Amino acid sequence: MSETLPQQQDAALPTVEDALALGLTRAEYELVCEKQEGPPNQVELAMYSLLWSEHCAYKHSKKLLRTLPTEGRYVVMGPGENAGAVDVGDGLVCAFKVESHNHPSAVEPFQGAATGVGGILRDIFAIGARPIAVLDSLRFGEATSARSRYLLDGTVAGIGHYGNSIGVPTVGGEVYFEEPYEHNCLVNAMALGLAPRERLVRSAAAGPGNVLVLFGASTGRDGIGGASVLASAELGIEGGTAAEGGEPGPSTFPSYDDKRPTVQVGDPFEEKKLLECSLELLEQGLLVALQDLGAAGLTSSAAEMASKGEVGLDIDVRRVPLREPDLEPFEVMVSESQERMLCVVEPAKVDAVLALCEKWEVGGTAIGTITDSGRLRVFAGELLVGDMPVRALVDDCPLYDLAPARPSEPVYPVPAPVIAPGASPRDTLLALLASPNIASRRPLFEHYDAIVQSRTVRRPEQADAAVLQLPDGSALAVSIDCNGRRVAADPYRGTIEAVLECASNLACVGAEPLGTTNNLNFANPEKPHIAWQLTEAVRGLGEACRALEAPIVGGNVSLYNEGASGPIYPTPVIGMVGRLPDAARAGRLGFAREGDTIALVGPFAPSLPASELAKLRGEALPDGLPDIDVGAVRSAQFAVRGAVGVGALSSAHDIAEGGLATALAECCLAGGLGAEVELGGALVHGREAVHGSEAEHGGEDSGDPFEALFGEGSGGFLVSGPVSGVRSLGRRTYVRVIGTVRGQELRIALGGQSMNWSLEELSSAHQALAELFS
Amino acid sequence: MKFGVLQFPGSCDEVDALHAARRVGDAELLWHGERDLKGVDAVVVPGGFSYGDYLRAGAIARFAPVMEAVIEFANDGGLVLGICNGFQVLCEAHLLPGALLPNANRRFTFRQVDLEVVQGDTHFTRACTPSLSIPAKHSWGRYYTDESTLDELEAEGQVVLRYASAQNFNGSLRDIAGVRNAAGNVFGLMPHPEHAVDPLTGSTDGLCIFQSMRLAVEGARV
Repeated sequence: MSETLPQQQDAALPTVEDALALGLTRAEYELVCEKQEGPPNQVELAMYSLLWSEHCAYKHSKKLLRTLPTEGRYVVMGPGENAGAVDVGDGLVCAFKVESHNHPSAVEPFQGAATGVGGILRDIFAIGARPIAVLDSLRFGEATSARSRYLLDGTVAGIGHYGNSIGVPTVGGEVYFEEPYEHNCLVNAMALGLAPRERLVRSAAAGPGNVLVLFGASTGRDGIGGASVLASAELGIEGGTAAEGGEPGPSTFPSYDDKRPTVQVGDPFEEKKLLECSLELLEQGLLVALQDLGAAGLTSSAAEMASKGEVGLDIDVRRVPLREPDLEPFEVMVSESQERMLCVVEPAKVDAVLALCEKWEVGGTAIGTITDSGRLRVFAGELLVGDMPVRALVDDCPLYDLAPARPSEPVYPVPAPVIAPGASPRDTLLALLASPNIASRRPLFEHYDAIVQSRTVRRPEQADAAVLQLPDGSALAVSIDCNGRRVAADPYRGTIEAVLECASNLACVGAEPLGTTNNLNFANPEKPHIAWQLTEAVRGLGEACRALEAPIVGGNVSLYNEGASGPIYPTPVIGMVGRLPDAARAGRLGFAREGDTIALVGPFAPSLPASELAKLRGEALPDGLPDIDVGAVRSAQFAVRGAVGVGALSSAHDIAEGGLATALAECCLAGGLGAEVELGGALVHGREAVHGSEAEHGGEDSGDPFEALFGEGSGGFLVSGPVSGVRSLGRRTYVRVIGTVRGQELRIALGGQSMNWSLEELSSAHQALAELFS
Repeated sequence: MKFGVLQFPGSCDEVDALHAARRVGDAELLWHGERDLKGVDAVVVPGGFSYGDYLRAGAIARFAPVMEAVIEFANDGGLVLGICNGFQVLCEAHLLPGALLPNANRRFTFRQVDLEVVQGDTHFTRACTPSLSIPAKHSWGRYYTDESTLDELEAEGQVVLRYASAQNFNGSLRDIAGVRNAAGNVFGLMPHPEHAVDPLTGSTDGLCIFQSMRLAVEGARV
């Protein structure tokens, strides 16, 4: 590479219109010209447009994200690296992160979901951790929609294809079906990895003279423009980006055909080799820095490595192995071809690195060098085809303030009623169990390998959180959750609920939270009411994570999730990782022993607005959710976690969608045992202290049995065990003994009424998804 | 007693098999590109997606250098266990009869399955109880061969494991879950015994397969 050659003189420099087409604003283009001291050429404009996209620059969310808590006693690596990491003892750290692949999945669900998994796994091994688990969080339109079923089918197949083939278990997840996701599904994937603490590697390039090595798959034209055109704009109909106020096209079966070339194609076999090669390179101490190639390909990886290391880079695109001939330099720089990694290597170790790449049959090529120029220079052989200050590329993208305004009118359509008015409590429970948001997920998760790597102590539907054993006999627990409908009703409290729900899930297996990751899925933040949702949600997220001492160690933001039918529900997906001291004592959700005492635990104050039942009844969203006493919920979590951890309980389950009666049915079904429950006046009349508590809580004298049975809210747990174990919880939180594990029926007596269901009829209702997914 | 567990690019369950084998003896990994079996007493061909399972499950792996050594080892009477993808590889290598076709539901499926031990006196099942609960997870697990071969396999006692009633999710002919060769030293099964060796992660019913192999090897030495 020569430093003296003049820059390529391109006769036709791109214009401001080209910049607009690539997603930059006029003002941003002018700023690029200022930074470049003249109009950028094609390579430079392509690179700026990607790095200054919402997807890469977080330009509408960065200021908000800075308010989140990111430090804590377990945090080893916080936001800013490929993934965050927490200390899990015994010299090990757990790396984890959640990311979205929403728009690619809407366009091509199989590859979109598959490469979503591939991308998050690369983030994990890019910091030197072996991926040990995947979870997914999915949102589609109503399950009655043919398009939802098509997307669900492709997404589940894609996640399974990648995760199963690469040998990483898919241990948990969640899926909701709601109308606002009809035209903009959400596909979020979370991964966890494990590494010896000293093996962690950062992505900062260092050492002028060191060599930049690209390894993995060759580079093709797939995924060009994914970060800017696809990930940072609303999904239009019949291709094209829906302009504000533009005329939407037909509302069913939109065609995204012209965006399909922006979706990448994944190859899990290539990534499996890449993973093993990367970990062996690190094990042998051959790397200075490592980074995966994700959104915006080589552009983003190279610029971020250079920026973090405060160095410059020279890259020769002619040395990049190509999948097809004649790629333009800008195409090489922006291609999102999957299964590629970039590393920095000392010159003396380059041969060893390339030999190891040879062993794993992943092509390795030196494509550049680290410089002290502070500039990212792109060469095509001898010719300099792009020259940009690293700082301008990575740090100088303008950040925007949001202009939040609470909406004055309802944002979301009222759902169609699907349950008969006046349905009895007995029929209502069966309808709830059959609701696609509550029904058993077995027809989906049985297409995932949940056990490879031999760590899985609790598989899906065995407990509220997945549990993975560690070498020292302790275990990790992990949960992912968000109820978008409740966040839509109240972005602040709904987000707090999502964080609390994750921590409650961890408590039910006996785990203490160590750290949190999040994927903020929102619509167009340039609209004031969406900006308000985002601002309120981030406020709730920060408060809840602070209160639980579960700091945010990393995450992702996905904006512009709206289509012709309007914005998605605001969906801040929360992933939380915890640890329990003894894997052998991990909690279960199913009733386990005839004669065990059943108790309702925690400050549970159920209410119906925004509940699953309210949706089935076709009720509009309320404007706000009830206040939450986060401290009281935390005390209940502490109590449950402690009791599970000492083996005092036979089962523990968090009360969520569908309320107490649904939770009871789930415990019966998971354990294959019935229950006799007497709710008496406890919930309907709001006051009954069985042990240790005098506080008033519950249904607030409403007298509505539906509220007691099916109302939702944070902080409720259903536990079973010997009476002494159950009562021991009362030292820390509210405990009400409500029944006994017995027989093969669920019987609930409430305010003079008595209802019963056989396990078979509960089970048959709960299997409703099987018909939708076959 | 030393087990050797093959490692192909794309193997996924080789470390699980290694740890399972280490519960009953010594074990080490054998790299696909080597022809040396390093003096192991038994070979395990593990699960996963060898070479990405491109073309057809197991079709490329059978040509790996290490497989030349395994074929020779098997022909000399050495014990070879194929699990899932390993079973597919052994069928492709003609060390075992039949073939594995895509599941009847045409999807990768993971279930804990109940198995019936049809032949309890083989080198691979001598330590087993008559029924086992072991996880199965695969997309190509439908055991297939022609009717006359099936009759022959049954007559010769080569059908070692069957799926119990209502457990055959992949559509295997005659509910066959595992078969051995005529000589009795090569055995393949679709379910994963190496994932059933620890009470914490499920059942321990798979351990008996490895224990049986140890008995066979040590018995042969005596």
